This record gives sequence, C-alpha cells and structure tokens, in this order.
Amino acid sequence: MNTETAQIDEILQRFPQIKRNALIPLLQAVQDEFGYISEEAIARIGAHLSLPTSKVFGLATFYNQFSFSRRGVYHITLCNGSSCHLARSGELLGEITKVLEISDGETTRDGLFSLEVQSCIGACGQSPVMAVNGSYYSGINVKEVREIIKQYREDASR
Amino acid sequence: MLPDKEFLLRLAQSAPSELSTDEKEMVTLLNRERLICPLVMVNSSISGIVAGAKETWEAIEQYVADRAIEIDLCESGSIGLSSEEPVISVQLPERTRLFFARVTAEKVSSLLDDLFHQVIPDQLLIGQLRREGQEPWSDIPYLDEIPFFGLQNRIVMEVCGIIDPFSFGEYVARGGYKAFLTTIRSYTLSEVCDLVRDSGLRGRAGGGFPTSKKWKVAFDTPSDQKYLICNAEESDPGAFMDRTLMEGNPYQLLEGISIAAYAIGSNRAYIYIRSEYKDSIRRITNAIKELRVMGLLGDNILDSGYNLQISLRKGPGAFVCGEETALIASLEGRRGIPSSKPPYPSTSGYLGRPTVVNNVETLSNLPGIISKGPEWFKSIGLEDCTGTKIFSISGQVRMSGLVEVPMGTTFDTIVNDITGGANKGRKLKALHVGGPLGCTVPLELMKIPVSYATLKSEGLVMGSGGILVMDDKSCIVDTVRYFMNYVNKQSCGKCIPCREGTRRMAEILESITRKPVDEEGHTTLERFKEVMQLENLAEVMKDTSLCGLGQNAPNPVMSSLKYFRSEYEEHIFDRRCPSNICTELRSWYIDVEMCTGCSICAKRCPAEAIIGTARHPYFIVQEKCIGCGICFEVCKFTAVYYK
Repeated sequence: MNTETAQIDEILQRFPQIKRNALIPLLQAVQDEFGYISEEAIARIGAHLSLPTSKVFGLATFYNQFSFSRRGVYHITLCNGSSCHLARSGELLGEITKVLEISDGETTRDGLFSLEVQSCIGACGQSPVMAVNGSYYSGINVKEVREIIKQYREDASR
Repeated sequence: MLPDKEFLLRLAQSAPSELSTDEKEMVTLLNRERLICPLVMVNSSISGIVAGAKETWEAIEQYVADRAIEIDLCESGSIGLSSEEPVISVQLPERTRLFFARVTAEKVSSLLDDLFHQVIPDQLLIGQLRREGQEPWSDIPYLDEIPFFGLQNRIVMEVCGIIDPFSFGEYVARGGYKAFLTTIRSYTLSEVCDLVRDSGLRGRAGGGFPTSKKWKVAFDTPSDQKYLICNAEESDPGAFMDRTLMEGNPYQLLEGISIAAYAIGSNRAYIYIRSEYKDSIRRITNAIKELRVMGLLGDNILDSGYNLQISLRKGPGAFVCGEETALIASLEGRRGIPSSKPPYPSTSGYLGRPTVVNNVETLSNLPGIISKGPEWFKSIGLEDCTGTKIFSISGQVRMSGLVEVPMGTTFDTIVNDITGGANKGRKLKALHVGGPLGCTVPLELMKIPVSYATLKSEGLVMGSGGILVMDDKSCIVDTVRYFMNYVNKQSCGKCIPCREGTRRMAEILESITRKPVDEEGHTTLERFKEVMQLENLAEVMKDTSLCGLGQNAPNPVMSSLKYFRSEYEEHIFDRRCPSNICTELRSWYIDVEMCTGCSICAKRCPAEAIIGTARHPYFIVQEKCIGCGICFEVCKFTAVYYK
C-alpha cells in the first residue's frame, strides 16, 4: 500500500459514521490534504460511504472548491470579482493563460504552475488581486504579472 | 491577570451598579477604556492581508523587540475602509485611540517613533476614536467628523475593527451576551418572536422577507427537532459585509444565532460558511470554543434548562447555495440544487425538520434589538423598512469599503458623500447594485431613498447590498456580460429556463461585444434581432425559473437595456465600444509618423489586414481587421494605437 492510499484511509477513519452528510466534509478533508481529489480518493470515499463512484464524482464536480488535477509548485489564484473585473483582471487572466498555456483549474505540464480563478477574494479595495501560494499581489498590471511569473520560474530553476 | 469564568459570567448577568469598585476597574481594563501598556491593533482580515498587514504585524513585533518596549499587540477586524489598508490603530494609556491608514511595513518604525514621542504623522492619520474618560488629542479630527464615518449610522458594525475579535472578555465588558441571557431568563419563545416582529426586522439577504414570519411558521410546526441555519455563504462577487461582521465581531453573530435558535425552539444550529473564508472560520471556531468553556453553549445553559449546540459547516463553494433549499441540500451532503417551494424550509427543511435560514447580517442585528428594545430599532430607518443596511462599495470609487446607513438613505449620499464619488478626473456613470442578480442604476435614480419597497417599485433590487461603482471609463455591456457569464457558470442546471436562458443571454452579450467574424451569419440586423430576443427570454426566465437565481438572472440585462440602450446600440450598429473596454471591438490604427515600415505587424496579422511596402508606413484595412491586437503587441516602435 503506497503512502497516498494510507493517507486517504487515515482521513476516512476520521469519519466513522457512514452517513451521506459526511460526504462533503470528507471531500474537503482530502482536498485540504492533497490540494486535489484523485480518482483513487473518489473511489475509496464511495466505497466507504456505500455510494456509487459516479455519485461522488458528480457531487464533487458540482462545487467550485474541488479540483481534480494535482496543484503546481506555485499555485496562482486570480480574483475575478466584479471590482477586479472593472480593474481589468480579464487581461491578467489572458496574460497568464498565454504565458503558461493553462486555463482555470489546470496545471502546467512541468507541474510548476497551476491556476485557479476565484469568484471574489474579498479585497475589493485593492483590485486587481492575484495570489501565488498565499502571498498577495494587488493593484497589478499585465507587465507585472509577466514579471512575477518570470521571477517564480527563476526561483524554481535555482 | 486574566479574568476568570465566574467573573465574566457575572458581568454578563449584572447591571453596572451591582459591581464592586475592583470589578469596575477590571471592566475598564477589559473594554480598553484604561490601558496598562500601549495598544496596537492591526486589521488582519483579508483586505488587510492583501495590502500587507502580515508584514506590518511582523515589523511591529520587530520594532518592539528591538527596543524592549512592552505593548499589547492585537488582531482586529476591518473598520470598513478597505481601500486604505493596512489600517492599524494605536492607543496610548489615558489617551484616545488613533487610526492610521496605509501603514505598510516600511512605515512602521517612523510611525511608532513619532507616536511614542507624542507626535502624530498627518499623512497616515485617519482620525481619533471618541470615547469618554480618555484625553483626546488636540487638533485631530474625530472619526465621526470625517464624512466616511460621520454620515454612517453603525449599529451592527459599531465595534468592528475596534475590538479584539478573539476576546470574549472584551465583548462581555462592552455589554455583550446580556441580550441572550435576558432572552433565556425572562422571555418565552413566542415573546422573542413578538419582539422581533415589533421591531420590523427584515431578512438582509436580498428578499427582505420579515424575519419573524419565518420564525413563527417554524415555531408553530410541531417537530422533535428544529434547526437554525446561519447562511454565511456570501458568494456574490463584490459583497463582503458578512465576512467583515464575522471577522470583526464573531461573538455578536453567535449571540444572535443563540437568540434566534431559542425563539424557534431549536437546540441545533449550523453556520454554513464559505470555505474560502479562512479568517472568518478561524475566528468563529475560536468563539464557539470559548463559549463552550463559558457554558454559554452546550447542555442546560447556565441552569436555564435550554440546550444549544452550534456547529460550523464549510460550504464547498457554489453561488446557488445562497438559496435556502440549495443550502440545505448541500448540508445534507447532496448537490446544492434548489427544490420547489412549498414546502418551505420553515415547515420541512434540513432532514425534513422545520428549519429557519437567516443571513449573518440579520442575525447580527438581534442582540441590539433585544437589549435596546424594538422601539429603538424602529426609530432607525423608514417606517415600513426599519434598521440599517450595510452596503459594500467597490469598483471605480475613491474609497471602497463598508457603509452602514439607515434604510431610506439615498444612493447619492452613500456613494458621493460617504465614499467620495468617482476617482479624481473621472465622472460617475452608473451603479450596479446587488451583484450578479442585481440591477444597473442610472444616475437619475440615485436620489431615491433606498428600501426594499422603493427599489421594487422602480423595478430594482437590493440583493445582498453590493454596490459596484462604474465611472465613464467602464463599459456597461461588458459589465453585464461579466455578470451573465458568472450566473451562467453558477446555474445549477436543474431547471431549463435558467440553465438554457442564462447561456443564451451570455452568448448574445458575447456576440455584441465581439467583431462579427462571419459577416454572413452575423450581420448587424441579425445581431440586433438577438438583442430583441433578450426581452422575451427574460420574461420566460422570470416566470418559469424554479429559484431566485433564474428569476433574477435577467435583472442586469433588463435594467441596463432600459437605462443604457444607447450603449448597446453603439456596440451593435457602430461596432464600437465607447469606453474602449470591449477589446475585440477596438479599431486599430498605425501612426504614420512612428511607423518605420519594419513589416513585422503585417507578417504577424492573422487576418492579413495590414498592407504596405517595407520601409514605408503600413496601413490597417479596417474591414478585414478582427481586432485581436497582435499588431499592437509586436510593434517595437509603439506606432499602433486604438480608437
């Protein structure tokens, strides 16, 4: 048994009750632990709660919180709230997609960057807002985004 | 010296006159009227963190460690001025509290140096907090003398950003938890319902439904178990009032939940909170833990015979879960899909039991109503719409943040007087009120007093109270397209009018904001015909959608079509975006003076729309141009521009 399977089993043991309303907290625990939900996790959760895998997957894809691809080393969160939209966050998104060749919810092939577009981070006074692994960049423009990505890429190659 | 549990509980239950002198001293320390050492508070909610509050915090820690100064460094919530973050407040013993804006890490040491020498640096100052028993600073404005705060009437947000959200002692020392204890000691369940009915409190989530009516139905429905759910799934982009309330004053919300749960006869309450709200979750979790220790949650609360458990549930993120039946479905571990009403949740909700779903702001109003009485609450706002409403102002405005005003205040006061109107050199164009399901409000309607009834009579909605300010450099069609795309993505897909309707609307708006790539299929007339369909589509969606999301989804389109039709027409007929926001409608030109004739633009143009001879200025054929802007990007001589 590999470590990931062991970790999933450990999470499952935290939810001994086999009840439908444990499903979302379970998925959240897996998401928090791994940053994404793997096929294996879905199958195991389904088996644990006696639910068909299709139901578990159907529920997980319905909600925005869950992602299904492994996160990159640098996880980019871009705010696309209404205030950020007025501050041209769309152009930032265009730049990120162009430079990294990924769209919302995807990870670059080298596993370095992943992108998540959030509906509103809640810092509307500082728009547009972007975060990389939890450090925030506010009031930025397209050029600065390019620089930030370049910086992280250099950091990674070092 | 930490106050013990018995003291805090006694404090919550007794009038100030019943306390001994020593105890009164203790209270003044707890509510920070008196200080032993200087107090520094840093707003550590998300708006602060994004602006660099974490670094500011570390810089302050470093400053005091270097100089071996003893200070009391605390986290606080936001005072609602989110464009001026990081906001910190400093209180020296015996003096009033001072608030400073934009205190980034590098400004910390000079600011504190000055302050400890009793000098106040003007450029960062917001103002001082008025409080009796403290010596004011001379020539410093009070917060209530500044328009942003002075024109507000903060009753729910009164101490947000001023108190320590982690300290139960401070909440109690400022009169907290008296309301809940009075409720369970002196009122019967239906008396609480009656008090709230008399106050005229309406749900603040958008519908404006009288809170007590919901309660009454749940109260009257016999059941072995009833549930109270606090809806903290604030997923409107641009709305952040619930989050600020939870981050600034979590105990007030929990007291409100306790009162509401008692009134409907429930001993099980849930807080359904957005999982992204990490800071709110941290504060609420701490507060629940603290209340359990105090014996204010759990079995037989202070020997009253009333049991209450409050648990936190993290919502996995879906806009539609703001709708109560969808929220309940999500709590039950299913997809957040609304179900048809009736049966209303008040009779059959969570696990088939009577359930009341109330919003954070509504519940936060309750402690005030109980302790000051319904008459006090009725004296604020309008006769048919009592109390205050918190609006979150964002967008192209001088100061963005939270504004709490009595019902009946005009948009004009809120946006122009309180938040300072449009940025310098810009002109206000419109407001978008109520988020993705809200309406575009033209300038001529800014004078109407805001209440649920007046907005409804104008065909507008209040929504959760997010106000997006748009100035002359923003495009109405683009903003509406953004909201429609958002709603389309968030539609749960259960009923056809919403699922298909929002998609068609989004497609039509997309096509308006784009150059007609295929001339034949998308002539001007075709495009205009589609716009004409918008109105029919909206009507069908309004009439036949299952829940509020589908019914209100056409709001942004219909209100903007009504008041800003000319802007739509310009997009359709002239294929021009007057504010140059819709990138694909831009017309590109080459400056003859600047162009060196390097020909790179012509080589890269995907539409072969650029012609010319090498070493002579090139020219863009407008009829062929698809507006991609590649020529602009590749030009090394900044010769390409748009109009």
